[in-house]
Amino acid sequence: MAFFFEVLIGGLLAGVMYSLVAIGFVLIYKASGVFNFAQGAMVLFAALTFVSLLERGVPFWLSFLVTLATMIALALLIERAVLRPLVGRSPITLFMATLGLAYIIEGVAQALWGAQVHGLELAISDAPLALGGLLLSQFDLFAAATAAALVVLLSLLFNRTRIGLALRAVADDPRAAMSVGIRLPRVWAVVWAVAGFVGLVAGLLWGARLGVQFSLSLVVLKALPVLIIGGFTSISGAIVGGLIIGASEKLAEVYLGPLIGGGIENWFPYVLALLFLLVRPAGLFGERAIERV
Amino acid sequence: MSNSPLLELEGISLSFKGVKAISDIGFSVAEGEICALIGPNGAGKSSLLNVINGVYRAQQGRIRFAGQQRRVMHPHAAARGGIARTFQNIALFKGMSVLDNVLTGRNLKRRSSWLEQALRIGRAPGEDDRQRAAAERVIEFLRIQPWRDEIVGTLPYGLQKRVELARALAAEPRLLLLDEPMAGMNAEEKREMSRFIVEINREFGMTVVLIEHDIGVVMGISHHVVVLDYGRKIGDGSPEQVRRNPDVIAAYLGVRPAAASGLFPHRSATWHSFSKC
Amino acid sequence: MLYREAGQFSVRYADDRRFFRLRQDRLGLAALVLFAFIGVPLLGNDYWFSAILIPFLLLSLAGLGLNLLTGYAGQLSLGSAAFMAVGAFAAYNFELRVAWLPLLASLLLGGLVAALVAVVFGLPSLRIKGFYLLVSTLAAQFFVPWTLTRFSWFSNDSASGVISAPPLLMAGYDFSSPAGRYLLTLAVVSALFWLGANLVRSELGRNWMAVRDMDTAAAVIGIPLLKTKLLAFAISGFYLGVAGSLWAFTYLGTVEPHGFDLNRSFQILFIIIIGGLGSILGNFLGAAFIVLFPVLLSNLAGLLPTGLIDAGQIENLQKMAFGTLIIIFLIKEPEGLARLWQRFRERTRRWPLRH
Repeated sequence: MAFFFEVLIGGLLAGVMYSLVAIGFVLIYKASGVFNFAQGAMVLFAALTFVSLLERGVPFWLSFLVTLATMIALALLIERAVLRPLVGRSPITLFMATLGLAYIIEGVAQALWGAQVHGLELAISDAPLALGGLLLSQFDLFAAATAAALVVLLSLLFNRTRIGLALRAVADDPRAAMSVGIRLPRVWAVVWAVAGFVGLVAGLLWGARLGVQFSLSLVVLKALPVLIIGGFTSISGAIVGGLIIGASEKLAEVYLGPLIGGGIENWFPYVLALLFLLVRPAGLFGERAIERV
Repeated sequence: MSNSPLLELEGISLSFKGVKAISDIGFSVAEGEICALIGPNGAGKSSLLNVINGVYRAQQGRIRFAGQQRRVMHPHAAARGGIARTFQNIALFKGMSVLDNVLTGRNLKRRSSWLEQALRIGRAPGEDDRQRAAAERVIEFLRIQPWRDEIVGTLPYGLQKRVELARALAAEPRLLLLDEPMAGMNAEEKREMSRFIVEINREFGMTVVLIEHDIGVVMGISHHVVVLDYGRKIGDGSPEQVRRNPDVIAAYLGVRPAAASGLFPHRSATWHSFSKC
Repeated sequence: MLYREAGQFSVRYADDRRFFRLRQDRLGLAALVLFAFIGVPLLGNDYWFSAILIPFLLLSLAGLGLNLLTGYAGQLSLGSAAFMAVGAFAAYNFELRVAWLPLLASLLLGGLVAALVAVVFGLPSLRIKGFYLLVSTLAAQFFVPWTLTRFSWFSNDSASGVISAPPLLMAGYDFSSPAGRYLLTLAVVSALFWLGANLVRSELGRNWMAVRDMDTAAAVIGIPLLKTKLLAFAISGFYLGVAGSLWAFTYLGTVEPHGFDLNRSFQILFIIIIGGLGSILGNFLGAAFIVLFPVLLSNLAGLLPTGLIDAGQIENLQKMAFGTLIIIFLIKEPEGLARLWQRFRERTRRWPLRH
């Protein structure tokens, strides 16, 4: 029984990592209605920038700040060059634009830093911690704590600051927000910058776990089932969705795997999300769109 | 013209998440007549039309169309039964040409399978010609030939409304539902559209139910008027009867006729056009 | 300006329905087809057949398959490569295990199996719209290669699921030479394109576009959404399946499930975005671009001093260029190269006049 709980909790904690990436998606989707396929590439870019600075002997905090600044600059560039010209176009068009963006960022990242794996040490050991008879990874616990802190930070941002209010207004009705004087480009820039920050945190954690390599950008694909279960517009949904995906993925691998073959975790989350969609088309927390004819 | 009405609604009630849009509405539409649905904004007219052709499902009530009684109408059953409609916000296929849009209106008249059409064998070629001929008749009737190959999304509003009407007509329906066919048109366009509607009714014997705000038009072309207010029916009869109905007057002016004053000037204006017809 | 168009009127509706209304256009097409079938095999060399023309034709076919589903019927899909894989492995197994089946029949059956699989993954489209539908085709994209690798029956018990092309014998002729493979591919692709062009102009094509543009209105005028959407998945799956089979049989020679991965699906999506969604010609233009652009890049790199840009960097430059081009096309010309070509043609028809 203890084994089951260990797998479950291990899965939940892994799910927290998925949530971190999904939160970045939710932010951007909420504010600009764009499903940012380039989120994974941005996560990768952030991790690579950070790691290469570290490797050159730049101290941790300075590297963090420089990377953050780079991500913000990237966000501003994206808003200017890609989002603004495509205002008002269909969601599929915007999605395809972010697809192109992902390719560009990946190409640049690979051109600048090569394709080899970079190790990332975050000074948190992976040694197991014994808690109530279960063995849990310290690293996973740290990641969960970080995610929790991030969620608290984001809620404070959204609910207690003026810019947060502007973000929520834009998410609700961009035209109405414009008519009360909120500057959309500025709001979008802030949102993408915050998403970049979240991406950086996610990138660091994932990079420390897997090593900073190109499969990192494939993490974005795992975020899609998370968002489908949790809804595209809810941060709490992203957390819950991530937990569900993480847990079910691990459990399926351990318990179903021996029955039908290994490597299930590649497709299991999608099938799960698909079944979920058939029952609840808007996800657990998402909004149901009412179509007016 | 048969004696039983073509369309009969009984006790229709519709609500959205607790908000009642339509309360216990019933009326009949005789075959071959033009019936106008009027009433202030938000009275539930479009919703009623949506119930008739199955886009919305009423929680209560029954619909009888062409002798068949139903609890609820399904869009596909409505289309097959011969109900066609236009929408308030034009529901055309913006990426296709005018001709293609009109042809889609005839999709239920097809007999050949998609495979026959793909291989250009069997029933397909002859049917293609017949479909095209029928579409051309409608296009000619509504005088939109010059724009036949234009992509609908590029046409001006008034023309799009005519194309939408063409698509509905192409289905050769028994009942035509028009949701504000003259919205956004100037006086001349309205006259033209009125002429089309009257011609459709007289030439083809088509029964028409239309929602319209211009009282002058309503009084001029309808045989039968039904008045809605806040989701309830407050008037039902010939244009003359409805015009004199005190409840209808009250709904448009906000006060009983004796006390009519400058309190709601905009409503008075509507009333004046009402009384002038 | 290049030729006289005046005096050519359609007298019957059938004339109006032709692919090319102008006689000169039809002659041009006939000449092109003649050249492709007769001229090219005589003039071309092996490199051109194997490395340029065959992949170009097959990617055009795959593009058409995806275009039918996404460009015409509006159902977004990231699973194209998975359906290609199904077609390839199905055709391989038919050829292998049912010895008396002629090659074309195996191709056809492979396509049908792919169509069936596509319908299964397309069923959710009845409840889920637009964007969320991605999850279904993504599920296919990950599930199919896993299944093909996991159950070695599909690859006749070979390690890592590799299959190799059967002998390409048809009606007693051997098509395994580069020119032969080119002709086989050309014949199949031409036939399927003819069929596809008829389809998109037929009632089904109109129904697809109606569902794409506004599906609630489509339902209201009587278009059967279920049948229309599922047919889109089925026919698209069929085209992708045949493209996949030929990809294995006439292009690569051997293929494994991971050759039909997500990157391939993206590649096909790029083809139809750059070429033009909802266009027939666009598939050819997009495929030509995807096939020729890397060649162009490496030739350009070859002109620069050696060592300045190595092979790996070329791939990165390619990635960056594709991404940039996608964004540029989406901003400037969302209807892709096909629309650009159309504008160019309009200009030349009117030249030297402006309007």
